[in-house]
Amino acid sequence: MDLRVEFAGLVLKNPIITASGTFGFGLEFMNFGDLKRLGGIVVKGLSLKPREGNPMPRIVETPCGMLNAIGIQNPGVEAFVRDKLPLLPWRETAIIANLYACSAQEFGDLTGVLAGEEGVAALEVNVSCPNVREGGAAFGQDPSQIRKVTEEVKKRAAGKPVIVKLSPNVTDIGLCARAAQDGGADAVSLINTLLGMAVDIRTRKPRLANVVGGLSGPAIKPVALRCVHQACKAISIPVIGIGGITSTEDALEFILVGASAVEVGTANFLRPDQSFRIVDDLPRVMIKAKCKEIAELRGTLSL
Amino acid sequence: MVRNCREVKVRELRFLGAWDEPSDFVELTLENPGWEGYRPGQFAMLRPKHWGLELSWGRPFSISRANAESVTFFFQVVGRGTQRLAHLKPGDEVVLWGPLGNGFSAPVETPTVLLAGGMGLAPFRGYIEKHPTPEFLRLVFAHRPELECYPYAEMSEKVRAEAIREKTPDDLPLVIERIETAVREAAGGIVLACGPLPFLKTVQQAARTRQVRAELSLERSMACGVGACLGCVCKDGQDKHVQVCARGPVFNAEDVRL
Repeated sequence: MDLRVEFAGLVLKNPIITASGTFGFGLEFMNFGDLKRLGGIVVKGLSLKPREGNPMPRIVETPCGMLNAIGIQNPGVEAFVRDKLPLLPWRETAIIANLYACSAQEFGDLTGVLAGEEGVAALEVNVSCPNVREGGAAFGQDPSQIRKVTEEVKKRAAGKPVIVKLSPNVTDIGLCARAAQDGGADAVSLINTLLGMAVDIRTRKPRLANVVGGLSGPAIKPVALRCVHQACKAISIPVIGIGGITSTEDALEFILVGASAVEVGTANFLRPDQSFRIVDDLPRVMIKAKCKEIAELRGTLSL
Repeated sequence: MVRNCREVKVRELRFLGAWDEPSDFVELTLENPGWEGYRPGQFAMLRPKHWGLELSWGRPFSISRANAESVTFFFQVVGRGTQRLAHLKPGDEVVLWGPLGNGFSAPVETPTVLLAGGMGLAPFRGYIEKHPTPEFLRLVFAHRPELECYPYAEMSEKVRAEAIREKTPDDLPLVIERIETAVREAAGGIVLACGPLPFLKTVQQAARTRQVRAELSLERSMACGVGACLGCVCKDGQDKHVQVCARGPVFNAEDVRL
């Protein structure tokens, strides 16, 4: 059985990628499974300079999901390249850097640092983080900005595949996907978290210090499937499906809708070996679907 | 390859007491998943296998004691997760990942004062049992519910121990005074503290004033327990965010801002 997927210049041994912000730098999970078995790892969002992130509390558990407002706490791109990347099995598994910046220029500079790194297979551009006031969401909600940032990153990526991660907090997801495509993106990934909020009636305060945060987990899967479906119809470049995937069956749903691969996020918190379990379970689900390769399934949703 | 996320069976669930219904005090014993050992002060994440998707996270608990056969946790029912955990039955399967975090120092032949506030008693049971020179240990336990809610009796048989109860808010100054005295009496040795935040702040302040070495174990909500999600951070001595799960939960009192 062939679990490989090829798209946007990437060859992954299977379509299961761990999502940014839920899997650290991968190294945190080495005790729970063989990182080399994963299709890919998207590392924690990286910025040009180290970031301390938002004040506590930063996370809240909600029915079938969670809210987070971490605020891209990270040691900075240089520390990642120096301290983390060499320890990752990048020859065997695609290591995808996730980029966060506050301006198109800064996105370009960040790309410049990563473009020459042999261990980085692709760049995922976070134009959609809802937790950072200066930029994030603003880019993600404006198609012309998405295009501009994509162009800037693409220009300096030295041929590395550029994946633009889209926000669901928009009126027309197809328009945003098209903006990324027009900017030269090799693929898009979606969805990032939905902007949400939780309130504590005892203290009469929001449960997050940042007041609002990003909703993720199985609660958002129907929204994610709808967005992936609409994006696949709107563009011709590959799509990576993200949003509430906890099982192999969930992953398959996204592939049927048209995704070339998927990212598993909040499910990594159900248990730290969950992504590895989804990979291990793929052959069983493929046999059940009477398929020999992933490509046979992609986009075969019967409408 | 190490795989320290395992499915283990519940061996026993024991209710120690109740206070302010439905706040039960529960001792949960699971099969030992084959841990080579653990350091008291370390914790583990628990998530029953039959939990569906409604609750997204496991629950972190201090390891109260562990031997070759079993691992025991001690918790109070405080929310949706602990409510469900209190309904486990022998034979139920629980996904268990750990031991996690760093644990307390255990210097031998050193005067060591264990300061526990409420549920903060949990890690000290194993600490006392495993310590090579328990005659140097002393336990001071501050609590609000009745003493019977806690596994205090058996602990007090093994080391010099005293319990002080805050029955009403009027008792608080006395409790604080007792904590401060205990810290002072640890001069030249070490204080190890585990308990609610105001309790830890009192210990930290006293240790600073008296220049006594102290370690504090912090409690936080956690999603991953392994240092990845950055949802449980605290501020270190340099005012930088560090993960309580991976860099703690035990911190030198001077290296953490509460």
